[in-house]
Amino acid sequence: MIWKRAAAIVMVLVIIGLTACSGGGEEAKSEVPFIYAVYATPIEEPWDGVIHAALQKAADEGKIRYEWTDDVGYSGDMERVLREVAEQQKPDAIFGDAFGNEEAVRRVAADYPEIAFVFGSGLGPVDPNFSVFDNWIHEPAYLCGLIAGGVTKSNVIGVVGGYPVPEVNRIVNAFIQGVKEVNPDAKVLVTFINSWFDPAAAKEAALAQIDSGADVLFAERFGVIEAAVERDVLAFGNMSDQYELGPDHVLTGPVWNMTPTVEYIIKQIQAGAYTAQDLKDFSMMAKGGASLAPFHGMESKIPADILELVQQREQEIKNGTFRVDVDEAPPVSD
Amino acid sequence: MEFIVSLLTATLRVATSILLAAIGETYAERAGVLNLGIEGTMFFGAFVGFYVADLTGSLWIGLAVAVLSGIIAGLLMALFSVTLGVNQHVSGLGLTLLLSGLALFAFRLKYGGRSTPPSIEPFPLLSPFRGIPILETLGEQYLLTYITFLVIVPLAWWLLYHTDFGLKVRAVGENPEAVDAAGVDVYRIRYLALVIAGGLMAAGGAFLSLAQLGAFTHGIVSGRGWVAIALVIFGNWDPFKVTLGSLIFGGTFALQLRLQAMGLQLPIPYETFLALPYLVTIAALVIAGRNAAYPAALLKPYRRE
Repeated sequence: MIWKRAAAIVMVLVIIGLTACSGGGEEAKSEVPFIYAVYATPIEEPWDGVIHAALQKAADEGKIRYEWTDDVGYSGDMERVLREVAEQQKPDAIFGDAFGNEEAVRRVAADYPEIAFVFGSGLGPVDPNFSVFDNWIHEPAYLCGLIAGGVTKSNVIGVVGGYPVPEVNRIVNAFIQGVKEVNPDAKVLVTFINSWFDPAAAKEAALAQIDSGADVLFAERFGVIEAAVERDVLAFGNMSDQYELGPDHVLTGPVWNMTPTVEYIIKQIQAGAYTAQDLKDFSMMAKGGASLAPFHGMESKIPADILELVQQREQEIKNGTFRVDVDEAPPVSD
Repeated sequence: MEFIVSLLTATLRVATSILLAAIGETYAERAGVLNLGIEGTMFFGAFVGFYVADLTGSLWIGLAVAVLSGIIAGLLMALFSVTLGVNQHVSGLGLTLLLSGLALFAFRLKYGGRSTPPSIEPFPLLSPFRGIPILETLGEQYLLTYITFLVIVPLAWWLLYHTDFGLKVRAVGENPEAVDAAGVDVYRIRYLALVIAGGLMAAGGAFLSLAQLGAFTHGIVSGRGWVAIALVIFGNWDPFKVTLGSLIFGGTFALQLRLQAMGLQLPIPYETFLALPYLVTIAALVIAGRNAAYPAALLKPYRRE
C-alpha cells in the first residue's frame, strides 16, 4: 500500500516537473529593458516562434534582458501566468499572443498600467499600455501568388491552411489575388485541417491536392513541403525561411520578422515615451517586418518576366505606390 | 477511377499508424488492461524513433529503439496497473502525460529554438507493381504499411486465437481467477500483453515520424491514439475487425480531404468534411458497439483472494 502511494506521488511530481518546464535566463540586473514573453503555444509553433526569435535576437545583441514561458494554452491559465509575471518579475514590457486569450490578457493589462503589454491580436490597442501587432505578411504572400501563377503548368495550385482565421485568410486571399493577376485561368484549391499542429494531416491534404492536379503548393502549415518533396512539385513556405525542408522544391515564401516591432518598443521604453498603439506597420514590407524568403538559387525555376514583375511590385509596395488588398473572408476552393 | 485508386492508396497510408496502435491496444484490453497510455506511447515512439534515426543515420535503428521505448512504456504501464493495481484510467492517462511531457522536454533540449522542424530522409515508398494498372498506384506504400497489413495483423490474429499464449491472454482478460487456478501466472501474461501493446503503439508513432513525414513536431500524433481505442471497441477486440475499422476511418479521412480539395461549391461549411471520419466512426461504434463483448476482467486489477 505504501509503495502504491509512493509510486503515485513520484509520478505526480515527475508530471508536474515536466509540464511546468519553462525557459528563462539567469538573473542579471542591468540598464537595458527587461522584457518577458508569455506564449500560448510552444515556441516551436511558427507564429510565436517568430516573436521569440526577434526577442532572442535582441537579447543576444544585449539590447534587452529577456525571459519567457510558453505553452500556456487556452484553458484559463493565461490570466494567472500574466499576473504572476507582472507581480513577481515586474518587467518593463510583456510580449505574447492574445489570440484565444483576448479577455484575460486585456483584463491583466488594465491592472498594470506601468507595464507595456505588447500582444499579437486581431483587435485594437487600449490606452494607456496595451499595444497590438499581427503578422501582416499578405504583401509577400501576394508576391508568392504572382510566382505561383507563373510557374504552374497544370493551372492547379493548392493551399493547405490551419484554421480560416483572419490572419490566415488574408495571407491566402492575397496569394490567390497574385495567382489570378498573372494567370486568371488557374484554379486554387484550399484545404483547412483545423489544427495548428498536425503535419501528417497537412501532408495528406497536400497529397490529395496533388492527386487533384495541383503542381504548386502553398504551405501555410508544416507537413505540406514534405508532400511537395515526395511528389516532386514546387512549394512555398510560410512565416519563416523554410528552404531547408526542401532545398530543391521550396521556391520562397512570405517571411514575418518581428525585429522592427521589438526595436521600436525598446526605443520607446528607453525614451520613456511608450504609448499604446497598433504596431501593424512594423510587420509590413515597407518597414522590413515582412519579406520574401531568399530564393536560394530557386529563381532559376521562375520565368524571367514573372521575376521581373515580382521585383517591380516589391519595389512599389515598399514605396507605398502599390497596396495589396486585405481580404479576411474565408477563402474557398475554385 | 483514378479518384478511387488515389483514395484507396491514401486510405492504407493513413490507416497504418492507427492500425499498429489499435492492434497493440487490442492485446492490452484482451488481457484485461485498458491502456490509455496509448497516445503518449505513440508520441514518445515518434520522438525516440526520430531522434535515434537522426543520431545514428539509420531509420531501422530508430524504429527498433522506438519499439524498445514502447516496450519500456508497456512495462511501466504494467507496473502501475498490474503489479500495483492502480486504477487503469489514472495510470494510463498519467503515462500519456508523462511520456508526452518527456518527449517534448527532450525535443526542446535537443532541437529547441528552431524555426523549422528538424527533418530526416524518411523511409522510401515502394512500388513493387510497376507497370500494372491500379496496383501500381495502390501498391506504392511504405514497407511498414506492407508489414502492418500483411504480417502484423494476421500474426496478431493467429497468435491470439490459435496459440496457447493467445488463449492465456484472452483468459486473463475474461477470468483471471480460473487462469490462476490452472497454474498460469496472471501477472506474467498481462505483462507480456502490455509489452506487445507498447511496442506496437510506439511503432505506430514512429511510422508517422520515420515514414509518413520524416520530421518530428508537436502534435505529430494529434489524437490518433484515442481514435485507435474507439476502433478496438468497434472491432470487438478482433484484429481483423479492428483492421476493418481502421480502414473505414482512414478512408473517410482521405475522402474528406479530397472532397475539400475538389472545390465543390456546396452550401455546407468545410468543417462538415473534417468531422466526417469521426461521425462515421461514432456511427460505426453505435452500430457495432451494441454487440461489443468487453473482456469481462477489463479495468479490474487481479488480486488473489
